[in-house]
Amino acid sequence: MKAVAKKTSPRTKADADGTAAVKTPKPVEFDKEQELSAYRSMLLIRRFEEKAGQLYGMGFIGGFCHLYIGQEAVVTGLRMSMKDGDQMITAYRDHGHMLAMEMTPRGVMAELTGRRGGYSRGKGGSMHMFSKEKNFYGGHGIVGAQVSLGTGLAFANRYRENDFVSLTFFGDGAANQGQVYESFNMASLWKLPVIYVIENNRYAMGTSVTRSSAETDFSHRGISFKIPGIQVDGMDVRAVKAAGDLALDWCRSGKGPIILEMQTYRYRGHSMSDPAKYRSKDEVQKMRSEHDPIEQVKARLVEKGWASEEELKAIDKEVRDIVADSADFAQTDPEPDVSELYTDILR
Amino acid sequence: MPVDILMPALSPTMEEGTLSKWLKKEGDSVAPGDVIAEIETDKATMEVEAVDEGTLGKILVAEGTENVKVNTPIAVLVAEGESADDSPKPAASATPQASSKPDADTPKAAADDAGGKARPAAEETSGKQAQTVPAEPKATVAADPDIPAGTEMVPTTVREALRDAMAEEMRRDADVFIMGEEVAEYQGAYKITQGLLQEFGPKRVVDTPITEHGFAGVGVGAAMSGLKPIVEFMTFNFAMQAIDQIVNSAAKTLYMSGGQMGAPIVFRGPNGAAARVGAQHSQDYAAWYGHIPGLKVVQPYTAADAKGLLKAAIRDPNPVIFLENEILYGQTFDVPKLDDFVLPIGKARIHRTGKDATIVSFGIGMTYAVKAADKLAEEGIDVEIVDLRTIRPMDLDTVIESVRKTNRLVTVEEGFPQSSVGDHIASQVMQRAFDHLDAPVITICGKDVPMPYAANLEKLALPNVGEVVEAVKAVCYRR
Repeated sequence: MKAVAKKTSPRTKADADGTAAVKTPKPVEFDKEQELSAYRSMLLIRRFEEKAGQLYGMGFIGGFCHLYIGQEAVVTGLRMSMKDGDQMITAYRDHGHMLAMEMTPRGVMAELTGRRGGYSRGKGGSMHMFSKEKNFYGGHGIVGAQVSLGTGLAFANRYRENDFVSLTFFGDGAANQGQVYESFNMASLWKLPVIYVIENNRYAMGTSVTRSSAETDFSHRGISFKIPGIQVDGMDVRAVKAAGDLALDWCRSGKGPIILEMQTYRYRGHSMSDPAKYRSKDEVQKMRSEHDPIEQVKARLVEKGWASEEELKAIDKEVRDIVADSADFAQTDPEPDVSELYTDILR
Repeated sequence: MPVDILMPALSPTMEEGTLSKWLKKEGDSVAPGDVIAEIETDKATMEVEAVDEGTLGKILVAEGTENVKVNTPIAVLVAEGESADDSPKPAASATPQASSKPDADTPKAAADDAGGKARPAAEETSGKQAQTVPAEPKATVAADPDIPAGTEMVPTTVREALRDAMAEEMRRDADVFIMGEEVAEYQGAYKITQGLLQEFGPKRVVDTPITEHGFAGVGVGAAMSGLKPIVEFMTFNFAMQAIDQIVNSAAKTLYMSGGQMGAPIVFRGPNGAAARVGAQHSQDYAAWYGHIPGLKVVQPYTAADAKGLLKAAIRDPNPVIFLENEILYGQTFDVPKLDDFVLPIGKARIHRTGKDATIVSFGIGMTYAVKAADKLAEEGIDVEIVDLRTIRPMDLDTVIESVRKTNRLVTVEEGFPQSSVGDHIASQVMQRAFDHLDAPVITICGKDVPMPYAANLEKLALPNVGEVVEAVKAVCYRR
């Protein structure tokens, strides 16, 4: 991805707090295990999403279905930086996040098809899945609402005096919602341990960032709240990991919130029923052929001799088998019992 | 084994489309993600991407074909060494299970599709086991605790009762905290949180910026992780800024998560009209929140109920809307002096027994009901007053029991008339106790106008005792 030129911006007030000293770190060097792990994780998300798209086309998945294809490096790199106990929360493009948090492909896929083995027993759907056990707090369908909620998770961490961090994801579209800034203000005021991960995939549904955002450098969105921010190549999992390490250290050391603008790209439409007429095929093809997060890792693995084509194929087959198994389960698992209509309304 | 590539649905409502263009030809190799064809509907043009790897063995539907039904095989993808003729019969492996998808949109599609092979149809699902709506389970609510004989009754204002309830629960449970505008240093905009900062410190008594939407969300997030926040709104009028977080995040998450995660949170503050504060600061939200499954909604009248129900609300694992009233804050009632006085949410209280007519009310509406009953007694009409106390879940059993006795019903509230709490009560009583009614139910509400500022108009906009008296006489045919 083309590096975005850093604009000179009125950082003077923030400078006084040292927030301007936060600079985009160099991508970390991965060892063989890390490369293989990142490759496998991203491939699982990619294949899972392709299968979800297929099941949607077949009518097994209803309603809305927002695929994460193209953005895999963002959640994968950050997950590599996180420790168990850190929380994750995001909006509705959430399947990749759940897989990254080690939620089972079967449970996620069965929720997509509205079956009883789904994470919400079929009552949530694509946009509403949770796993308290895996510290995944959803899965939210209202653009921007998860930002206040994620700030609340960070509030609870501080209240409990633990050192966990809330990773709160939202898109370039949500970044214009009012409650995002209400949350920034409180998070900074109370020095809450929250990383605001802005997944800038350049389009808020069908509206490009330049048409929807007065300030398109999202790393600057915290300036008025003294929240530092950096722009990160969200197509390079090593760059994401480096930024994640920096941000988690920042939060764990009590310095308050930080913003990571992940510059990424979604290959598919906003949702399954989006023909994506607002961008050219060339633009999409260029991203796919030159910046694909998975191909980047694959190339390094081959170049360094860390994995042969056969070994990579074996990983590919293993991932495909997992996804195929999840799809079989999601198609054969029964729908929820009708008695579920009236359960889980109140405790 | 060869894999059928099926005509995809672009949306849940799509039934058919035009296969406008093939971008791959027979014999081409295909990788996952490759665009192989374009299809069109009346709404959009979309690309069909390959999911599996292989060779395009055979194209089954030529480009330019219109009205291709969703899930029709349009091509066959083969692996090395395979032939397209090995293809499974249409929709053998790829067909959704018949029982899979009760979708309101599908019956027509399935009817059009003679074989019924492509999309699962609702009638197939219901063919053998008709899906009837299960009965709504009925929760049992405990009765009020007995107050032991000789218990000292302490005259207490509603304001003090609310403060005491919060202080007692904060002493009892370290996960309980309060946040809101002016709750700490200022001691509460209406002095409900007086002294809490001094006792519990700034960690548990948290002043927020004036950002209702944001801090409601922060509270819900903290509750999702297991803390028990009390979120004070300076008034519920301002909670309209936060209603998305209350309804979409707090109320629905337990259901949407299949019971994994809920929000044990109390949203409280003054609700409804105070005096002369105009249209934007005078609204009653009982009916609004009473509409939402996943919420409990409490609106107490007396100080004892305020205390006992707020303690219950804080302990409740569900989101509770606790609607107070500024005018009631300063009123004094007897509160039993007990170590732990907790009342059941969802239980109405007979405030006054009578035999001639029933008035159902709640919160400040009770002030009109009580005065009207006194006046009516002077005229020989013996009124029973049911104080609902909880709007949701509503104790309709107690209401209906009273109506069975008196056969006449008047409801009283300050909220707007359309879709009011009284409307709901009237419809339920009609459905469940029609034969016991000797007169149509009358619902007394605020007038159907934004609250005016002028003193005379404001008085007209609110219910008044005279209206309640007249309504009771009317249902008793004593006019």
